[in-house]
Formats: sequence, C-alpha cells, structure tokens
Amino acid sequence: MYFNEEHNALRDMVRKFVDKEINPKVDEWEEDTVPLHELFKKMGDLGLLGITYDQKYGGQGLDYWFDLVFLEELGHIKADGVPMAIGVHTHMATPAIHEYGSEYLKETYLKPSIAGDIVSAIGVTEPEAGSDVAGLKTKAVKDGDSYIINGSKLFITNGCQADFVTLLARTDDKPGFHSFGLFVVPTNLPGFVISKKLDKLGMRSSDTAELFFDDLRVPAENLIGEPGEGFIIQMKQFQHERFYALPGTYIKARDTINMTIDYIRQRMVFGKPLIKNQVLRHRLVDWITEIECLKHLTHHIVRMKIEGLDATREISMGKLIAGQLSFKVSNGCLQMFGGMGYMNESLISRYFRDSRLLSIGGGADEIMKEVIARFEGI
Amino acid sequence: MNIIVCLKQVPDTESQIKIGPDGKSIVTDDIKWVMNPYDEFGVEEALRLKEKHGGEVTVVGLGPKRVTESIRTALAMGADKGILVSDEALDGSDSLANAKAIAAAVKDLDYDLIFTGQRGVDDDLGLVGATIAELLGIPQFSIIVKVEVAEDGKSVKVERPIEGEALIIESNLPALITAQKGLNEPRYASLPGIMKAKKKPLEEKTLADLGLDSAEFGEGARKLKILELTPPPERAAGKIVEGETPQEKAAELAKLLHDEAKVL
Ligand SMILES: Cc1cc2nc3c(=O)[nH]c(=O)nc-3n(C[C@H](O)[C@H](O)[C@H](O)COP(=O)(O)OP(=O)(O)OC[C@H]3O[C@@H](n4cnc5c(N)ncnc54)[C@H](O)[C@@H]3O)c2cc1C
Ligand SMILES: Cc1cc2nc3c(=O)[nH]c(=O)nc-3n(C[C@H](O)[C@H](O)[C@H](O)COP(=O)(O)OP(=O)(O)OC[C@H]3O[C@@H](n4cnc5c(N)ncnc54)[C@H](O)[C@@H]3O)c2cc1C
Repeated sequence: MYFNEEHNALRDMVRKFVDKEINPKVDEWEEDTVPLHELFKKMGDLGLLGITYDQKYGGQGLDYWFDLVFLEELGHIKADGVPMAIGVHTHMATPAIHEYGSEYLKETYLKPSIAGDIVSAIGVTEPEAGSDVAGLKTKAVKDGDSYIINGSKLFITNGCQADFVTLLARTDDKPGFHSFGLFVVPTNLPGFVISKKLDKLGMRSSDTAELFFDDLRVPAENLIGEPGEGFIIQMKQFQHERFYALPGTYIKARDTINMTIDYIRQRMVFGKPLIKNQVLRHRLVDWITEIECLKHLTHHIVRMKIEGLDATREISMGKLIAGQLSFKVSNGCLQMFGGMGYMNESLISRYFRDSRLLSIGGGADEIMKEVIARFEGI
Repeated sequence: MNIIVCLKQVPDTESQIKIGPDGKSIVTDDIKWVMNPYDEFGVEEALRLKEKHGGEVTVVGLGPKRVTESIRTALAMGADKGILVSDEALDGSDSLANAKAIAAAVKDLDYDLIFTGQRGVDDDLGLVGATIAELLGIPQFSIIVKVEVAEDGKSVKVERPIEGEALIIESNLPALITAQKGLNEPRYASLPGIMKAKKKPLEEKTLADLGLDSAEFGEGARKLKILELTPPPERAAGKIVEGETPQEKAAELAKLLHDEAKVL
C-alpha cells in the first residue's frame, strides 16, 4: 500500500547488505567497535548516506518513504550500536548542515559525508547538561574571523572516529534560546582532545567518547545558519534524530519476538512446549499489537513530513513509545528465555542491554512527555 | 562487445520449501523470489567485461510477470536492457522447452558472449545453458570461475576447476559460459542504480512474438516428467564424542567413523 517497486528494491538491497556486510561481523564489533570509515565508504558507494539529501551534494533527493525503508532494514542488524552509529551520521549530525548550512559547509562537509569519505558525530550533551540542553557550558567566543571554543562534551557517539563534530556551544551569556551557535568542528584542529572511550552497559559496538575543546580555533564560516540560532536549529535537528529511532525499533522488536517464539516453541517445560501457555502467547500479541501501532504512527509521521507539516508532537510521541516498547519487549522476551536469556551467549541478552538506551538518549522519556504536554496545553 | 545474460528467478535459498498437495510441485504462496545466485555471477562478469571492453549488456528472463523484478535488479546493477519471455503456454515447461524459447529470443540479437548460471538453485538440473548453446550452434563452457576476453574482443580464455586442477580453454566468440561460484563477487544494486533501472528498456515477448508454436511448450510437451517430490530425510540428532583426554576422544571418534558412519 505504501511501497512501490523502487522502495522494494531498496529494501532488498539494504537487507542483503545487512546480511552480508554487517551481521556476520557484529559479534566482533561488539568486542572492539564498528570500523566506521570502512562501513560508511561501502554505504556511501551504494547511495545510502544521503537518501533525502539534495543531489547537488551527492544525495539521492528521494522522499521519506525511501528513508523509512532504509531505517526499517537497519532494524535487522543484530547489535543496535551499529545502526546508532549510522543514524548519528545520517540523521543526527548532518541534517542541520543540509537544511541551514552555507554552500561552503555543504561542499566541504556534507558532500564527503554523503559519499562516506568522512565520519561525523553530534556534540550536544555535557557533564552538567543533558536533558537541559540550554544549560550547556561549552563556550564559543568570536575572535576576528574565527571562534575559540572551550569546554567538554560527554557521551558522544562516534566521538573516537569522527572527522568532524556538529557541536552546540554557547556564544553569549544572555539567558534565553538565542545565545547559541551550532558549529562544524573538524577533529584534526589543535585543541581537540578525545579524553576517553567510555565503557557501557549496551550498544557496545558503538564508540562513545568524552571530548575536550581547549582553545580550539574554528573558522567563523563553520557556523551553521545565523549567529545565535544554534539552539533553535538543534531543536529542529532533534526531530530527525528522534524520527530515526522509530522504524528500527518496531522492526527490532518484532525480530526479537520472532526469535523468542522460535525458542519457546521448542523449549519443553512441564512436559509441553512453553508456547502452549496462553499467558505467554497473550503477552506476545500485546506487544505485537503495540508494535503495529508504532509502525502506523511512524507511517503517519512520514506522510506529515512529506506534506511539510511540523511533526514534533507525533515524533515525540513515537520516541516515547519506542523507548518504552523496545525495553518492554526485550525484557519480556528475555524472561521467556529463562536462565538462558541471562547468558551473554544468547542474543536476547544483548538486545535487552541495547534497548535500555532509547528511553534516555536523544531526549529522555520524561523530556518527550514535557514536549507532548506543552503541545497539549497541560 | 555485447553480452547477454540469462536470468532465472528462483525461491530464495532461505525459503521453507513445502511440497504441494499434488506431490509433484512446491507450494509457492509464501516464497520470496530472487535472481538465481549463479546468474548474479553472470551479471557481474558481464558488467565487468562491459566496463573494460565497452558494449551493452542485455538481460533475458523467462517466466511469469514477477520475473520483471529480478530483471530490474540486474538493470539496477548496471545492465542496459531487459527482455522478458512470458507466456501462459510456458507454464510447466521443462529445461529443453525453456532453452528453446530463450534461444529464439536471443538468436537475432548481436552478441559476443552469453552467460547463464551453471545451474538453477531450484531444480539443480544445469541443462539450460548447454541447450541454448546447442540450439544456437555456439561453443559452450560450463562451470567457469575465470573469464578473460582478448584485447581485440574476438576470443575468450576461460578456467574451469577440475579436482584441484584448472582446465584452461580458449575459444573464438561468440560463445556461451555457465557461471560458477568464485567467478566474482557480485555488486549490490546501488540506490542510484535502482532509480535508473525503471527508465531502462524492458521488452516483453510472447511465444507468438518469437515465432514459436505454443504446442511445443508447457506441461504437455515435457520430455522430463516429475513423478514425485519427497523431502530430504530429516537430519538425525548429533552425537557428542565422550572421553577424558583428547587421545581418548580421538580414539572414540575413529571408532565411530569406522563402525557407525562406515567412512573409514
Ligand atoms: C550510549 C549513549 C550515547 C549518546 N550519544 C550522544 C551523542 O552522540 N551526542 C550527544 O550529544 N549526546 C549523546 N548522549 C547523551 C544523551 O542524549 C543524554 O544522556 C540524555 O539526553 C540525558 O541526559 P543526561 O544523561 O545528562 O541525563 P540528565 O539530564 O541528568 O537526566 C537524568 C534523568 O532524569 C530524568 N529527567 C530529566 N529531566 C526531567 C524532567 N524535567 N522531569 C522529570 N524527569 C526528568 C530523566 O529520566 C533522565 O534520564 C548519549 C548517551 C548515551 C548513554
Ligand atoms: C545467573 C544464574 C545463576 C543460577 N544459579 C543456579 C544454581 O546455582 N543452581 C541451580 O540449580 N540453578 C541455577 N540457575 C538456574 C535458574 O534457577 C533457572 O534458570 C530458573 O529456574 C528458570 O529455569 P530455566 O532457565 O530452565 O527456564 P525455563 O524453565 O525454560 O523457563 C523459561 C521461562 O518461561 C516462563 N515459564 C516457565 N514456566 C511457565 C509456566 N508454567 N507458565 C508461564 N510461563 C512459564 C518463565 O518466564 C521462565 O523464565 C541459575 C540461573 C542463572 C541465570
């Protein structure tokens, strides 16, 4: 109903790519991080890193259904850290450059990002500012035709491998939302320091870094959009980031359920297959029903995006459900695996660990609720 | 140089194959159809030769309308044109009849090389390539893992593995080659390729268009009759070799291989 022959061909291609180029390697990457330059080059060559972006910069100029198909298929990757690393590059660190960046920024950073020649990261969170983005302390002070940046960023995905960070910094002490700049900060500039690679509960194939900026001098032309407007631009960029999470979530949740059904079909407990317990079957279909709801909310969001409507309310709702659902399903399925589910050798334990992030990262559940409450006037 | 690649659509090798109620065919309802993997090698090799020597790659498929999707995949990979031979009268044809239809579809084209897969992963017969070559009166090289076309584009050198050795054969063109795993690593259809594929020419031909008599095709004309399909025997449970030390385990394994498996 929603997909034409080209959408299906893209789906087949990404599925094959995931099966051949990614899934056979994820166990290894869970140990020592996905090598992004190698992976992104392959994806760039296939036209996967700029599906909705302007053809002028090497993008495909296609609609959001193609983007949705791409993100759905990434949901089949057997370690969420990998699609997260890809999503940071395609949906978190580059949309603002595409929408608000100068010709210079697009030519210099967007084009090679789409080609898969360089890797990007998004730097918003700080040790003392996560949910409260406006509370961030990293400063960018104008000095002639450059800005001098001082501060630090925490939990930065792709931070150890990135060639540039799309960085939100304070350009002014004035309170309010018009005192920020969103910068493209190349990581080869003096004053850029990766303090460490962080050790995490889940998403272990993805690298997460703490970054320091010590008198880092970046040309003023690396500012995205109008001076002072970085916060507003980042809030818009967050909509792409949060949308990214939805398709992969319902696909992964369904894969998790399918894997669990296979297990409980053959697992004999009290003399019969576990699946014969009605309570378990009912639990599974509750989740399958919720998955279907999230999928259709996501499809609705795609239609809104194509119509050019503001989907912030719906995306926030989707992100809220997605975070809750992915954890609920992976946790509940782990329960059905019993002691086996608790063992690291079973995939379900990885899915459980990975799923915990979504209710925190990219705006915690409570922040989504704040956004929705504002829309609802309550 | 102009190259033709014959393409068969087959069930994805991950499909669960179920035998139909007639006991002679498979249930096709839930099957995902894909390009025969050996044909992918043919498409890839044709594209590489085209990149080196110029010319055009034409993909020829035979079967119901859904085969169009697989032809489009080949076009998305970079082939130039597609031909689909499709006719209700073809339903149930055997390899000989299919080869006749394909040979008729390509005989008047201008070609230097034809690729087919060394076999279809569905019926595993490996007959179509050789039959087409016979009908066209051109040399055929089967199960090929390496292809080198001379600079002047007039001859080809191919390599066929035989029991750990390589048989190297040279031939004039035109010729037909059946592709084997190892020939190359097929590329993915890129997204720009997918978008371009729709605009590439894809012709559809019936048996009448090819000047063929439909009585020679279909179930009734089969020389090869399927009497019955049976699933392979269920795999027996595995056995864990017991023993305290590696020596004991090895001795036990040797004994099992000799007494039970009877392979030693
Ligand atoms: C693996 C990982 C990868 C990440 N990648 C990136 C990245 O690439 N770039 C980047 O910039 N950031 C990244 N982050 C940071 C992430 O976006 C933040 O962790 C998130 O925004 C929450 O901020 P915080 O950790 O400072 O939590 P805090 O702001 O300290 O909040 C803690 C908790 O308090 C609750 N809370 C917060 N505000 C309210 C409220 N108003 N009402 C009620 N409860 C509330 C929430 O439950 C929240 O989880 C990543 C984080 C992780 C764990
Ligand atoms: C870290 C760890 C330490 C352990 N230590 C010990 C130990 O020291 N000694 C020891 O003997 N055992 C130990 N165990 C085993 C533990 O007690 C079992 O894992 C537990 O009893 C569940 O059994 P199971 O894993 O076989 O799950 P299963 O019996 O296969 O059950 C799987 C799941 O099915 C569901 N289920 C089962 N029956 C029903 C039903 N009738 N209706 C509905 N749902 C049902 C439950 O959700 C259950 O989690 C340990 C397990 C772990 C993970």
